[in-house]
Order: sequence, then C-alpha cells, then structure tokens
Amino acid sequence: MLKKLVMGGIDWIDTRIPMTETWNKHLAQYPTPVNFNFWYFFGSLAMLVLVNQLLTGIWLTMHYNPSAAGAFASVEYIMRDVPYGWLLRYMHSTGASAFFVVVYLHMFRGLIYGSYQKPRELIWIFGMLIFLVLMAEAFMGYLLPWGQMSFWGAQVIISLFGAIPIIGDDLTLWIRGDYVISGATLNRFFALHVVALPLALVALVFLHIVALHEVGSNNPDGVEIKRKKGSATEEEKGQFTFHKQYSGKKDIVDAIPFHPYFTVKDIMGVSFFLICFCAVLFFIPEGGGYLLEAPNFEAANGLKTPDHIAPVWYYTPYYAILRAIPDKLIGVVFFGGSIAILFLLPWLDRCKVKSIRYRSWKHKLNITQFIICFIVLGVLGTLVATPLYTLIAQIASVGYFGFFIALFIYSKNEKTKPLPTRLTH
Amino acid sequence: MKKLLIALVAIIPSLVFAAGGGVPLDKANYDLTDKASLQNGAKLFMNYCSACHSTAHQRYQRVATDLGIPDQMMRDSLIFTDSKIGELMINSMDKKDAAKWFGNPPLDLTLEARLRGPDWIYTYLRSFYKDPNRPFGVNNVVFKDVGMPHVLEELQGIPTAITETHVDEQGVEHLTVVGLESSGTGEMSSDEYDEAVLDLVNFLVYSGEPNKLERQSLGFWVIGFLIILFILSYLLKKEYWRDIH
Repeated sequence: MLKKLVMGGIDWIDTRIPMTETWNKHLAQYPTPVNFNFWYFFGSLAMLVLVNQLLTGIWLTMHYNPSAAGAFASVEYIMRDVPYGWLLRYMHSTGASAFFVVVYLHMFRGLIYGSYQKPRELIWIFGMLIFLVLMAEAFMGYLLPWGQMSFWGAQVIISLFGAIPIIGDDLTLWIRGDYVISGATLNRFFALHVVALPLALVALVFLHIVALHEVGSNNPDGVEIKRKKGSATEEEKGQFTFHKQYSGKKDIVDAIPFHPYFTVKDIMGVSFFLICFCAVLFFIPEGGGYLLEAPNFEAANGLKTPDHIAPVWYYTPYYAILRAIPDKLIGVVFFGGSIAILFLLPWLDRCKVKSIRYRSWKHKLNITQFIICFIVLGVLGTLVATPLYTLIAQIASVGYFGFFIALFIYSKNEKTKPLPTRLTH
Repeated sequence: MKKLLIALVAIIPSLVFAAGGGVPLDKANYDLTDKASLQNGAKLFMNYCSACHSTAHQRYQRVATDLGIPDQMMRDSLIFTDSKIGELMINSMDKKDAAKWFGNPPLDLTLEARLRGPDWIYTYLRSFYKDPNRPFGVNNVVFKDVGMPHVLEELQGIPTAITETHVDEQGVEHLTVVGLESSGTGEMSSDEYDEAVLDLVNFLVYSGEPNKLERQSLGFWVIGFLIILFILSYLLKKEYWRDIH
C-alpha cells in the first residue's frame, strides 16, 4: 500500500520533471573509476564545507550588524548573547580555513594525476574560477568582524591596486568607496560577501560538476575508463549497468556506479573530516592565531597600525611572492601572475600521459620542488620579512614560477612509462 | 644531533623574547573551573579596574550566572553604576575626559585576554615600578611609558626597579630594568599579590570567551559521536564494497 503510494508519487513527479532520470544519470548509474584513492575525498568535502559556510553564514547574517559603529560589537553579541552563536561563528571561521585546506588538497590531486589535461581543461578552468572567487569571498568576509587585522589587512591588499599605473588611485577609491577603509567599504564588502560571491560560487560549482560529468572523472592511473564502442569484452565491462548517456556512446571499463559505492565511501570521508574539523572548532578555534588572529580581538582603528600585518594563512604563499619583489608594481604583477599562471596549466603541460605514476623523474622532481616552494612561501608569508627571509622567498618564487616554465619545456618530449591497459586497484 | 638540540633550546628564550615585545612573560596558570578565583577576580576587577575600563560586550547578569554570584549580591556589591543587571558592563567615564586625563581613553577589557594573552596581563600587572619622571610616578617593564597609574598600589605597594647600565658599541649608555624590589608597603605579601593578579587574569580570560568551558565539554560529546559515526560508516562502506574487490 505504502509502496504503491510512493511509486505513484515518484511517477507523478517524473512525468513533470526528470527526477529519477537525473538521479540515475548523475548518481545511481554514473560511471566512476573503481581505483579512486585518498585524494578523491576532497571534492565532496569541499561541497560539504560550502554548505556549512552558506548555512552558518545565513544565521550569522541574522545577528550581524554591517556598520562601522556596530560590526565589532555585533560579533561579540553573537559570541555571547545569541544562543549557540559562538558555535555558528566558529563553524564559519573554522570553515573558511577548512575550505582552503580541502580546496588546496583537491587542486594538488588534479596536479599530480593530470586531471586538468585534455579533455578536462574546462573543469580545471571552472575550478580555478571557484578558487579565485573563494579568495575574494574570504578576503571580504575577513573585513566583516571589523577588528584591527580586518581593517589593516584590507588596507594592505586594496592599496596593491594603487600600484597600477594611471588608474591605480582612482581604482582604489572606487573599491573602497571612500578615501580610507570605512563603513562604506564594510557595507559593500558585506553585500558582496553574503549575496554576490556566494551566488557566483554556487553557479561555478554547478558548472564544474556539469563539465566533470560530461567527460567523466580522471583517476590515479590517468587512463580513461571510456573506450571506443565495441572494443571491450563483457568481462572488462563488468557487472554494472550505466546510464545510456555514457554506455550508449562508449564501452565503459573498470567503473562502478557513484551511488551507492562512492556515497558510502564519501560518508566515511565526511565522518573522518568532521572529527578533524570539530577538534579544531571545539578545542583550538583560534588555531594558534592562524585562523583567528589575536589583533582582530581589538576593534578596527584607522589611527593605530598593528606591529605586524599578516594575512590569513591561505593567502601567505602569494603574499610572500609579493613581498619578495622590491618594486611594488612588479611585485603586484607577479602576485597576480602566481594565480593567473595556474589557469594556463592545461596548455603548459604538453605531455599526453596524465598521472605522475607513469611520468618521468623530471616531472616528479618538478612537482616536489613546486610543493616545497609553495609551503616555504606560505610559511614566510606569515613572518616578519628579514633580509634572509626575503632572499629565501625570492628563491622559492623562482621555484614557483620555474615549475610552469620547466613543465612547458620538458613535457613536449617527455620520457614516460608505458600505461596499463586496465586500472590498477 | 645533541649539539643541534642544545642550539635550539638556546634559541627558544630569544624567540619568546621577540614575541613578547622584548620582555619575557611569566606563565599565568589560571583555572576557569575555579569559581572562587573567578569571583575574587570579578571583585578585584569591579573595585580596581571598572572605574576606567569597561567590559562592554559582557552583561552583569551573565557574569553573575556563570560565576555563581546571587543576583542580589551582584547588584549590591559589584554594580557600581545605575545599570540594571541585564545590561552591558559599560562604565560612566566620559571618553573625552578620559583621553584628556590619560592621553588615551582606557581600553575596553572584554577581549584583552584574547588580544594580548593571559601571560601578558599577568606579567604586566606585576611589573609596575617607581619612576618619578612619569606623570603618575610609575612606569612598567612590560609596557614602557604606560599611561596608566598603578591602580593596585594599595595591594602591592610600589616596587623599585633594579637597573643595570650597559654601554653599546656607539658608546651610548642604556639603562635596563633587570628586576623589581618590593617596597613592602602593600597590604599583601608578594605571593598573595601574585595570587590576586592571577584571579584577575582568570576573570579576564573568562570575559574574553565566557563559553569556553561549554565549548570544550560539548566538543567531547560531538567528537565522541563522530568517532562512532566514523566506525559505522567504515563498516557500511566495507559491506558495500565487498562485491567490488
């Protein structure tokens, strides 16, 4: 009786919108490579953190006061007087850092397994746009508590636009909406942070997944699971039926449906991630001054500059590149270039083999030095610059950009290992 | 290896030095579960600090509830303005007057412990010394040329500084404070004073984040739940993936 009722209901919906069809196409009959490893948890985790930020953000907005006079006090009001306001606020502030942790690991996965290569260039581009919007989103969100570091961090970053010749000064004025950072800046950053950029983020995430599902996932072997129609044996194709969208045009080998196999696996990943996330949230929400910086517990004061202005940890690699270059304009160019060059990755890598597993020692070495330089820059960006640190930052900056140049050169005729015919798992 | 370790240990004090703005800080072993200490800290704060410093993000009622102080006692002994108990702990000092008297208006101290850290406050309040060249006759080792008088003088007395002069490479003489000597004129012994300051620090740590204990105790439950969820989700995953491998 109940079953009949439910089935009737589903039918009723399916004749009006393609619910079951979409479910099958993107979950229950979506072919996923069987050999996904640890690195493949971070996409779903990024979605989880996005939802966390959206939901906690909505509730914070209910109590936050976006004005220069009221912002700082309203955050403390949330921390003290709003029931479980402290929990919402810490979920949001810890979530911001967690977002970058999972996104950086997600990008690293793409880097080592060549997931940006043809035919997945657009997935990478949408991903990079998400990263860019995320940085803007986090930057504007950081102004909202209206603490000392909020104010002076924004001051430093906005002033960078002033380095642009001719239009620089007018541009900074236009961004701030005032001659200094003020309530006008706070209000526009609030509008962008809670409406415009989240909309852009959600839209880009949607496009990222549409593009992914069109070509299908890459995997740790970098070998495609879709082969020419009629070329695979029944044994290779395995026991599962996939949606005709995929199996109609190609033979699919070594794949399993996303649901239930990866839904249950991702639930496991989510549980583990939440243990780590909650450990920070409940026991070290300030993250030793790296997640919530101590000077931000003092309200913004335009007349009193903090001793040491450090951006939040997720910006520090690029900030270190900026500081490593003595000339402000050239520094800003390389600062922007350090992000922009990532967009070009699909075209800088000319190798046909995707995964690091089957690529040359040069590539392994290059990726290793790149990661070391990135981390070194990240650490240096948090510290007060000294001549020695600046020198190290300059060397690491060369390594950072050198990665892309070297990749472009050696990837043309790279000596790769033979690819397996089947996925290894 | 051993030498490297020794070298590292040797660097550590200098690093701490750098972080503390030049003065090594004493560790404040505060205890947020010690209600008596918190109550004493609140009493000291209201009596010695609150005339100038507000804790404007915190409410009297919240302090009374969290610290186990009956409402009536809070009203009678700890609220010195005409505020109602549900109101924010704002004092009646005029900001403009205050700026005239002290150079800068006294800071709000609600978040002081999160801003500068408990160790800083603990050391600072124990580092005033006699200096006739300053407007209030006192200076401070941690906060040089501070604009604040030694408000706890009746408890501690005014210590005198033990100084050393050293001549740098350019031949300029520098006077550094290397220690403080008690004047013996305070109501409290040195140990009693340290204890009182620690209570005050404890109260300020509490003020900085009144939910800290609740946050931690809730954290254990949440993580306990998540560990069970993780185990179950691992078993579920294993069960489903049995047909794959």
